[in-house]
Amino acid sequence: MESLYLLIPLSVLLVFLIGIVFWWSVRSGQFDDLEGPGYRVLMDDDKPVEISESLQVEDANQARSTSGIVKTDTLR
Amino acid sequence: MSQALSTYNYKVVRQFTVMSVIWGVVGMLVGVIIAAQLVWPELNLGFLHFGRLRPLHTNAVIFAFGGCALMGSSYYVVQRTSHIRLFCDKLAAFTFWGWQLVIVLAAITLPLGYTQGKEYAELEWPIDILIAVVWVCYAIVFFGTIAKRKVTHIYVANWFYGSFILAVALLHIVNSAAIPVSLTKSYSAYAGVQDAMIQWWYGHNAVGFFLTAGFLGMMYYFVPKQADRPVYSYRLSVVHFWALIFTYMWAGPHHLHYTALPDWTQSVGMVFSLILLAPSWGGMINGIMTVSGAWHKLRDDPILKFLITSLSFYGMSTFEGPMMSIKTVNALSHYTDWTIGHVHSGALGWVAMVSIGTIYYLLPRLFGKQEMYSIKLITVHFWVSTIGVVLYIASMWIAGVMQGLMWRSVNADGTLAYSFVESVKVSYPFWGIRFLGGVLFLSGMLIMTYNMFKTMAGGNTEEAPVLVPTGQHA
Repeated sequence: MESLYLLIPLSVLLVFLIGIVFWWSVRSGQFDDLEGPGYRVLMDDDKPVEISESLQVEDANQARSTSGIVKTDTLR
Repeated sequence: MSQALSTYNYKVVRQFTVMSVIWGVVGMLVGVIIAAQLVWPELNLGFLHFGRLRPLHTNAVIFAFGGCALMGSSYYVVQRTSHIRLFCDKLAAFTFWGWQLVIVLAAITLPLGYTQGKEYAELEWPIDILIAVVWVCYAIVFFGTIAKRKVTHIYVANWFYGSFILAVALLHIVNSAAIPVSLTKSYSAYAGVQDAMIQWWYGHNAVGFFLTAGFLGMMYYFVPKQADRPVYSYRLSVVHFWALIFTYMWAGPHHLHYTALPDWTQSVGMVFSLILLAPSWGGMINGIMTVSGAWHKLRDDPILKFLITSLSFYGMSTFEGPMMSIKTVNALSHYTDWTIGHVHSGALGWVAMVSIGTIYYLLPRLFGKQEMYSIKLITVHFWVSTIGVVLYIASMWIAGVMQGLMWRSVNADGTLAYSFVESVKVSYPFWGIRFLGGVLFLSGMLIMTYNMFKTMAGGNTEEAPVLVPTGQHA
């Protein structure tokens, strides 16, 4: 079963690497907030801007014109 | 920061998304052809017989249709959730053209019979090298974008996409190791049962990371977006991710039950396959419950119908899979059409439907439209393809169990009760139903193609501005 001499060390190594990434992600605060990220994805409006009579679209446009300016400073 | 960075790179997403639909039609058409060849053997014309076309079908639907959908949607998700343009436009363009080249080369070499003979890894070594190069570039573009993100948190969908990219790179490189003897012929670096073990370590993880983790990334972004509700439990999605990637790597041996593989290895594979039920169902419930409190949306939103139905099929096939990995069940199901039914419950029900939902979400946004050309046609597509999948998997269940029972039944004197060809004969009606199911699913894809071109017509392909993240704390 020589193939296992490759696959088992490889998988164990992988588990350690995944473990390190997990450790990093916990330590760096990736999981400090487990509510907000779900909502923030929804707040990112990705509907295309289109001139239309529809009120909803006008609202979306308005929202975009106020928040859509590209900031150059890093928020990280 | 330069002005060029103020928009998202939609071009590459657009290219991948459109090609995903085109390759979907091609791959499923080949599937329908080989299904017809089983019903009407005289359709096996010359070298275009079942044996040559079957790997073309699997490669086209998994790597061309599925691959383009994954690469396109991951580029979209990683940009939008990182609030930054894709890292290195040129490299992103290279991943698109490189991947298309791989697909075209596959479409030429497989029917001509150039193959390494490894399931889902048939392509010969020069194409394997091209795949590795394109894939590494894909990883650089994806993780490069993550690295320069404008928000601290990495959204859960990106974790799934990221693990899919890394795992597929590793699997492909290890399994494709071969010694070339000429430009079109090579021999695997492993032999006998070693080769089989490496192959199914690859094969099952291709299912686990390509066809599951990648599409779960899709699910965790597009289900909440389409339902306009946050994922049911973000905490559960994080647990889902880590549980899934820690356990998936070990399930491969269940493909080699009752073979020369040592018994204990088979049992380890079986146990890990059973464990996988827990994270899989956690994710399935998390996805479906995202719509909880807004179930009425399912009534008139066909895109959401696609996404939620795909999760139901995900739940079904991730229950069926662990059951089939149990050795006693496998003794009945292995080598029968039940396996084919199981694969398609995952491939058509889960992978294709979640991709279709995602593509319907993406197309209007990529072409500056408010919605698809015809919502009604999406509804038609949904019902046609759902009926197609149900026909497909139900016929394969019946045929598979029947074949398994016939092959194992013995007379009182210990001789086999049925010859093999008798099991073929009684399978015919079910192969006919399977063909019909395939035709329905393919016609759904044709409806989608029409809808797509109508949506694209007169579309605005300007790139969307990068939005400042809302509610972001530094």
